[in-house]
Amino acid sequence: MSTPRPVERAVDGRFGPYGGRYVPETLIAALEELAAVYREAQGDPRFWAELDALLKDYVGRPTPITETPRLGTQLGEGVVVLLKREDLNHTGAHKINNTLGQVLLARRMGKQRIIAETGAGQHGVATATVCARFGLACVVYMGEADMRRQRLNVYRMELMGAQVVPVTSGTKTLKDATNEALRDWVTNVTTTHYIIGSVVGPDPFPRLVGDFQAVIGREARAQVLERCGRLPRTVVACVGGGSNAIGIFSAFLDDTGVELVGVEAAGEGLASGHHAASLARGRPGVFHGSLSYLLQNADGQVQPAHSVSAGLDYPGVGPEHAYLKDTGRVLYEAVTDRQALDAFGALSRLEGILPALESAHAVAWVMGRRGHWRAGDVVLINLSGRGDKDVAMVAELTGAAL
Amino acid sequence: MSDHPIAARWRAIREQAGPRERRAALIPYLTAGHPTPETSLAALRLAEAAGADFVEVGVPFSDPLADGPTIQRSTQAALDGGMTVPRVLELIARAGLGIPVIVMTYVNPVMAYGLERFVTDAHAAGAAGLLLTDFPAGADPALERVVQASPLALIRLLAPTTTPQRLERAVRDAGGFLYLISRLGVTGARDQVPPDLPEHVARVRAASPLPLAVGFGISTPAQARATARLADGVVVGSALIEALGTGGLPAADQLLRRLAAAVHEAGNSP
Repeated sequence: MSTPRPVERAVDGRFGPYGGRYVPETLIAALEELAAVYREAQGDPRFWAELDALLKDYVGRPTPITETPRLGTQLGEGVVVLLKREDLNHTGAHKINNTLGQVLLARRMGKQRIIAETGAGQHGVATATVCARFGLACVVYMGEADMRRQRLNVYRMELMGAQVVPVTSGTKTLKDATNEALRDWVTNVTTTHYIIGSVVGPDPFPRLVGDFQAVIGREARAQVLERCGRLPRTVVACVGGGSNAIGIFSAFLDDTGVELVGVEAAGEGLASGHHAASLARGRPGVFHGSLSYLLQNADGQVQPAHSVSAGLDYPGVGPEHAYLKDTGRVLYEAVTDRQALDAFGALSRLEGILPALESAHAVAWVMGRRGHWRAGDVVLINLSGRGDKDVAMVAELTGAAL
Repeated sequence: MSDHPIAARWRAIREQAGPRERRAALIPYLTAGHPTPETSLAALRLAEAAGADFVEVGVPFSDPLADGPTIQRSTQAALDGGMTVPRVLELIARAGLGIPVIVMTYVNPVMAYGLERFVTDAHAAGAAGLLLTDFPAGADPALERVVQASPLALIRLLAPTTTPQRLERAVRDAGGFLYLISRLGVTGARDQVPPDLPEHVARVRAASPLPLAVGFGISTPAQARATARLADGVVVGSALIEALGTGGLPAADQLLRRLAAAVHEAGNSP
């Protein structure tokens, strides 16, 4: 499937009022360079041809959509549940769609060193992978707490030649890893490209990452139409920073009859204060270079997020999601750790597919709406990653011995 | 602007030096509430007594992405000690300094407080300028206008990576003085003054007649002296925070006096 030129949804680097470039002056020149190189690449068919070839031959795209009949039957007679199988990508998640695009931009800029932040480790692995493929130096910042939760991914990155730097400041999770990556970038900005892993950060990152992830939605929309002869009633994706959700939603934004649902992590419950639901419980603020919904206290201090899933454990969210929430085009919901763990188990038992705990949040929302679905409904879930990385932790949480 | 306290202070410094000499300014940075609110208050008064010409007061933020480990630890300690935006303003008011106070922080704490309310309350507390680390020129024109319409001078940060076109734009709406970041990187002590600093200083001087301060990585009196030969003001942060954190007020006092002597004498030597 050839990649059409992305549609510009941001105006002057903003989605409505959200987004922008709230960064130290030192980084502005690099962001301007990145925006200019991306603008040039957007109009260059050779750029997209090279990316498409890599997505096909290296990543294994297009990823299939899979019907889940046993899950569908549980939800109601005649309900069709389809999974967009981003878990089947090389490296096991959607993250590589973005890292490949950005590494090609880094090459255009002549940058020889790549840095990244990672939460669950999937973005770190996807970055280490493309750096190995193109022979670039790679440094990944990862919170110490996440390194403990995701030891396997740390080792995978190291096997591919990346240096994984433990981050011990703050909450020792994704937000602090992002702070540390930004500090590295401020220091090494002339030689280094920062591959941000989600639709967050200063412009042009949110639109550029969204464009690279838009392949998910383009494929899925065509696949659903071909398979079912109609568009889905509902498209569901989990939202941490929100890149897999933007990736799948972007193809359906103009299909006003299609319900779009973003599922945030409610952690121990929205009322508990221990959650990562920036859109449900945050208010607009400036964090990691852009204006968006943010978990913060009355004094503007960023509040620690909590989720069983390291990839959703982030107090901010991409600025395009803030805009889509305010306009009402996307409905944002939240499910708890418990619900996500139940969905993880259910999809494993019913369909033989172990979802990433992040993606299990989207599955959990669909499963939690039993009475909502009618015969003939097509529900499309973005299965953004596979759950192998989470098996050890799920075992620990459920008291199983490995 | 001629009677703005920051401009008045620069004029006083020039007059003090006399027509044939120049004298640079010492601009210490202190995190409000570090290591404790009371010591922090004493440190502000100490800075003035030791010869500081201006003082930057840091409002702690949970995610200081332009700061190195020393200032990160100080802002975390201040937050752990209960420091908030209203308490920082109260601290500035209680300090009652005769030298201009510049509030330095990130966008989010002042946005959460409400920027219009903040500029009013900060001015009432005695602050003269505002410096926001993650607020480059053009980032948010509506917020820029709020500061420009206020009695607070909007201090602009410039970097070695600032392009000539941006430099022109950034200095156009700047107030008080310009703050040149001496090198790529976060705040924190370094061994040397960067060799390309004179070139960047010359570039900024050619673009604006505003006084020019240089900061980031300046920690010893020798470095401060070398920087003061190039710039009108020298900002010292992490080294002072470190001294205050480990040696308390006496260590901070000693460092401030040595820095003040180095900076104030430097303008006279070749």
